[in-house]
Amino acid sequence: MNRRRSTGSATEAAAGNGLLDRRSLLAAGAGSVGLAGAPSALGAADLSIEPWMREPGSPFTGYGQPSRFESKTVRTSASAPGTTGAGASRTPLQRLNGTITPNGLHFERHHSGIPDIDPDAHRLLIHGLVNRPLLFTLEALARYPMETRIAFIECGGNSGALYQKEAAQLDLQASHGLLSCAEWTGVRLALLLEEAGIEPQARWLLAEGADAAGMSRSVPIKAADEALVALYQNGERVRPSNGYPMRLLLPGYEGNMNVKWLRRIKATEGPTMTKDETSKYTILLPSGKSLQFVFPIETKSVIAYPSPGITLPGAGIYEISGLAWSGYGKISQVEVSADGGKSWAPAALREPVLPKALTRFRLPWRWDGGPAVLQSRATDGSGYVQPTRDALITERGSRATYHFNGITSWAVGEHGEVRHVYA
Amino acid sequence: MSTPSSMIAAAIIALLSTTALAETPDQGRPAAPEEIALWDTSIGPDGAGLPPGSGTPQQGEAVYAARCLPCHGEKGAGKPNDQLVGGLGTLAGDQAAVKTVGSFWPYATTLFDYVRRAMPFNAPKSLSDDEVYAVCAYILRLNGIIEERAVMSAQTLPKVQMPNRDGFMPFSRQK
Repeated sequence: MNRRRSTGSATEAAAGNGLLDRRSLLAAGAGSVGLAGAPSALGAADLSIEPWMREPGSPFTGYGQPSRFESKTVRTSASAPGTTGAGASRTPLQRLNGTITPNGLHFERHHSGIPDIDPDAHRLLIHGLVNRPLLFTLEALARYPMETRIAFIECGGNSGALYQKEAAQLDLQASHGLLSCAEWTGVRLALLLEEAGIEPQARWLLAEGADAAGMSRSVPIKAADEALVALYQNGERVRPSNGYPMRLLLPGYEGNMNVKWLRRIKATEGPTMTKDETSKYTILLPSGKSLQFVFPIETKSVIAYPSPGITLPGAGIYEISGLAWSGYGKISQVEVSADGGKSWAPAALREPVLPKALTRFRLPWRWDGGPAVLQSRATDGSGYVQPTRDALITERGSRATYHFNGITSWAVGEHGEVRHVYA
Repeated sequence: MSTPSSMIAAAIIALLSTTALAETPDQGRPAAPEEIALWDTSIGPDGAGLPPGSGTPQQGEAVYAARCLPCHGEKGAGKPNDQLVGGLGTLAGDQAAVKTVGSFWPYATTLFDYVRRAMPFNAPKSLSDDEVYAVCAYILRLNGIIEERAVMSAQTLPKVQMPNRDGFMPFSRQK
């Protein structure tokens, strides 16, 4: 392979400790193979006719599965003591690329397991401060015009461990894995509300699920503008683990409000003050007061490659890659630092860059084999800049639990090992 | 003379309303009040929606021992699951915050709503409304929020003053 030389404008340093210009390495012929350091040891003698070329392959299957060599690309989960389905599972972000989460890997947060809902028996009730309370079957909803949009969902508790005083040894899945992104298709909630005839004094909607916990949240009525009653996830019916046969999708809003197994929407004057919007999902400040109704997910980013659990094989060129998102709109910029925030280089954003969806960023880096602290910092369309962890802790203290969106630091050691640090 | 024009106007209005109706699929079936009542179990902070019935701390102690104690411990002390009692004075500062019904929950109505819909974990919706009132009374009493002889009902529960009632501020974005 024709290896590129490090001279010339294409590989100019963009920031300290080896960060290169984001336009580097994109020229024709500069493929990724061989860029990672030492030339491949593959010799001519290794090229043989493999067994899978000497016999017919396996037959068709009704529903395809990943390669058996990808058995580590799975969710990790934890449940409350004495339960098997009350807890969360996390997306293996460090093993995925692009921005769409496969349905079997979408993160989950269940309060009482996954209900086994018969779609023919399921009903959606819209009532409360409406002129005409209405009941919808799945069959009825199928006759409505449907819309499709790509949206991330992030649990309000994602990265909560990063509020703690000591940096826990977490990989990306453990620190940020309550985050996924899918293409959702369904009926606009606003259309159903219009048919029911919302009364003018209605300011909130109570959304309730059909799980054993009857999980419920109050949603400000303005959220209905963008809301979908989602029936499809990445083209197929919403998975049971994500709300089959229908879920509320509130693009940008904390995951808990995107009520799964949606069975009831009640228009109300004020918030219902459910368990999850009072005792949970509120941000406890050092003053002892708590911030309530923290709805959109604030601008955030994290580096997925390299990240803890990955060992860089040696000095040389790598592509730093990660995810950025904002519940308020589009990501406008992501910067990357390799020196713990002393200097920053703008990363390239991979298209498409969509509002309230995951955005993939990338930046080439020439690692010299010495210590490095990798960070990413996102800015959204409103100009909000992702804060340092220190700034967030100064404002909120270490017991805030929810909506951590501070800059995350990965330290690279001399043997290429990567670990989570506070920097 | 005027009849034809008013007929035309009526026809136009009829046509317009037909057109307007045709613009939305309108596939929902009207829900009857008794159907709604069966599903509408959410309780607002003003107590709207609380059912008839009542319970005392003493009655609640028996319900708690039978249905709640294995997960929430003796007298709501917690373990293996959530602690329900104590934690007052731990919210401010930098030490570990102990968030319980007593120290953190702003409304007693939320306790009724949640217990009735979701508890006990392995048999949600199996408690009678009287049992839910009673177990709420017991937990509130353990937290020292109500008196031993207090009776919890649709009238009294919304009036319970929770210690952290004023502990919340609506979030607004800062840039």
